[in-house]
Amino acid sequence: MSPTIKLLQGNEACVEGALAAGIQFYGGYPITPSTEIAELLAEKMPRVGSAFIQMEDEIAAMAAVIGASLTGAKSMTATSGPGFSLKQENLGYAIYTEIPCVIVNVMRGGPSTGLPTSPSQSDVMQARWGTHGDHPVIALCPSSVEETFWLTIRAFNLAEKYRTAVILLLDEVVGHMRERIEIPDHVDNVLTRKKPSVGREGYRPYQPDADLIPPMASFGEGYRYHVTGLTHDETGFPTNDTEKAGILIDRLHKKIDNNLDDIVEIETQMMEDAEIMVVAYGSTARSASRAVKDARALGIKAGLFRPITIWPFPANELKQYLPQLKQVIVAEMNLGQLILEVERNVAGKAPVHGVLRGDGELITPTQILARIKEVQ
Amino acid sequence: MSAYEKYLRNNRLPHILCSGCGHGIIMGAITRAIEKADLDQDRTVVVSGIGCSSRLPGYMDFDTLHTTHGRALGFATGVKFAKPELNVIVIMGDGDALAIGGNHFIHACRRNINITTIILNNNVYGMTSGQFSPMTPQGHFATTAPYGNVDRNFDICELSRAAGATYVARGSAYHAVMLTDLITKAIFNPGFSVVEAISQCPTYYGRKNKQGTAVDMLNAQKENCVTVAASAKITSDQMQGKIIIGELHKSEAPEYTAVYRNIVDSLQAKEMK
Amino acid sequence: MRHEIRLSGSGGQGIILAGIVLAEAALHEDKNAVQSQSYGPEARGGASKSEIIISSEAIDYPKVTAPDIVLALTTESYKKYAKNLPANTVVIVDFSVNVNGDTGVLSLPIIQAARDELKRPIVSNIVALGALNAVAKVVSPESLEAAVLRRVPKGTEDLNRKALALGYQLVGKYMLTSGYIR
Repeated sequence: MSPTIKLLQGNEACVEGALAAGIQFYGGYPITPSTEIAELLAEKMPRVGSAFIQMEDEIAAMAAVIGASLTGAKSMTATSGPGFSLKQENLGYAIYTEIPCVIVNVMRGGPSTGLPTSPSQSDVMQARWGTHGDHPVIALCPSSVEETFWLTIRAFNLAEKYRTAVILLLDEVVGHMRERIEIPDHVDNVLTRKKPSVGREGYRPYQPDADLIPPMASFGEGYRYHVTGLTHDETGFPTNDTEKAGILIDRLHKKIDNNLDDIVEIETQMMEDAEIMVVAYGSTARSASRAVKDARALGIKAGLFRPITIWPFPANELKQYLPQLKQVIVAEMNLGQLILEVERNVAGKAPVHGVLRGDGELITPTQILARIKEVQ
Repeated sequence: MSAYEKYLRNNRLPHILCSGCGHGIIMGAITRAIEKADLDQDRTVVVSGIGCSSRLPGYMDFDTLHTTHGRALGFATGVKFAKPELNVIVIMGDGDALAIGGNHFIHACRRNINITTIILNNNVYGMTSGQFSPMTPQGHFATTAPYGNVDRNFDICELSRAAGATYVARGSAYHAVMLTDLITKAIFNPGFSVVEAISQCPTYYGRKNKQGTAVDMLNAQKENCVTVAASAKITSDQMQGKIIIGELHKSEAPEYTAVYRNIVDSLQAKEMK
Repeated sequence: MRHEIRLSGSGGQGIILAGIVLAEAALHEDKNAVQSQSYGPEARGGASKSEIIISSEAIDYPKVTAPDIVLALTTESYKKYAKNLPANTVVIVDFSVNVNGDTGVLSLPIIQAARDELKRPIVSNIVALGALNAVAKVVSPESLEAAVLRRVPKGTEDLNRKALALGYQLVGKYMLTSGYIR
């Protein structure tokens, strides 16, 4: 069958992606500008026999998602700014206990209640470091409605494959705008978590395979195992043993760091001979793309570097361009977040400039082009 | 070996609780109730938050989930709603359930989702060494109430009933046999059930409030608790300072996962047409 | 081919739906389209807008910066969204809009016609779409009609067909007499 062509919002495409990935549980709480995700899932999920619940708050929604995932259900929640802050405690729990789940954050203007209906990209660092404690994070950042569909599926796949929480960072522009999307009749490569090959007696819930990822039994399958947010050993029970604590935190990082090739995804435009690299992500990358094209028309060798996986940051991919770069520009809808990571990786080899905006308006191509012209 | 011992992870014992703590007796009552209710050990999930009581599931041989402070019911709701065929039992402390988890608690009651909740009430935060909880009586002492507690305390059972729980009971560690019976009935209730289990914390609450040894505190439970039947026969003057134990509320209401299942079924029936 | 279109009015006039319909009509002509709109307090009563970019090329920056077509159904939305426009922008307003002496504005009795001739002021947005497309020829009349019929409630197809036709007629009738010159 041929794909269906539709005009959808990014939030709607996220729902289509979640359904294509086989979502079985959604727990949420209404918050602008992510609410359409909950509304649409509330309509669609009972029709396919899966579970939709609106919880009493964001904290409980995140908790419910983790509980559901432990029964084997592919689980997701969606939120925005203030709600994302509330989810952080249990987000850390999901990462530490290695329970797969997807958290969508449609970024809006902040801090605090801020600009609920306006875009921003100011939760980039909250996505990285919002929950307490040292932890790895996977966060993906789509630039279009169609990419939101595919990255939602990818978020589920990465969550299931690496047994972790995956954050999908939309911004209000991508979440709310409507554009063309081709929805395939069938999606290949939908992943589910690795199950144990041993019975209850031989099962050690946090004993990893060679890939550093432990197979995951579902609650109710007779394994009768323990899950705790306390530091735990391979048995799943708490331990204060510093050696075991070190082994656990080390493995959690390594299971991500050893697989950067699989996890990290970027897009570049006209970077082959670029001397000025514009780094941008999400909706801002659309403005940057326009600006780079306009710069080329003026004979300026500019290119776009777009992190699609924003965490882990695509450091190796960026560094490969360093020898050819004379200037680096980072455009983002905040007053300087990802630019810190870019600066860290550029490490003084080229000047790094910001096109930064925190007033709730999308950065325009004109703004970025002006900066390109200024620094060339 | 007692029949209920098969529900314990004997290799995890001894437990970390203080000597004289009432929580072990209550864990015994919970496991005996599970045995009486004949729950399938492989299809039963025990969920807890953070605190002394929340360590109990670690000693119980089921799928067990030790979550974050106050959030046990959020996690448990996810487990139950995703897989309604599982039996879900939640063990919380008084601070855990009613302070940081108070919002989750009243909403779980309101939904009437089929979860059995046991709140171990020792009137104090024990794990963090004796701060006052929403169940510390006014005027009583705690490390954060050195001049007497300013706060008033909740009545857990009244709160549960008002919020919509369909089975509400109170028992005590001293009345362990009765407590087992109440928890068994709570498990059988096809909706949200709350059992307040009065426990003693001789280490912190008892010491701060000069309540003597664990035995003294258990004796106080014996003296102060009056059954529902007995309470009907004594004057209100005689009831001063007493605590009513037994079954306090029973009602019928549609169960959350069943209501949702009905919606799913009717939608799918429409699709078939 | 590229159009930047801004539709505006007050909340409840169906401006958002009109924008979606227009974007969908373009999609079905294998063009690219992006639609966005005002949200929140801005979208409750007061002036609201729905913006559409239609292009045969890929659309990067998704916001309208230099609209070539602007529609305003209320004076408030006209004041807010029909200012600082490029010189050649087609501006269509409802008769009720006070344009304060501005020239080059095509004023049509959109709401009045929906009310008097169709007895259903609720289809003013579709009348407006017909008028807009008659002037600017963004999509083919067939594509627009098909897109309208895909989005409107069942049982209202005839009413909406008539509304579209009414829009086209209004342009035929008033384009010359209104002093609108391009």
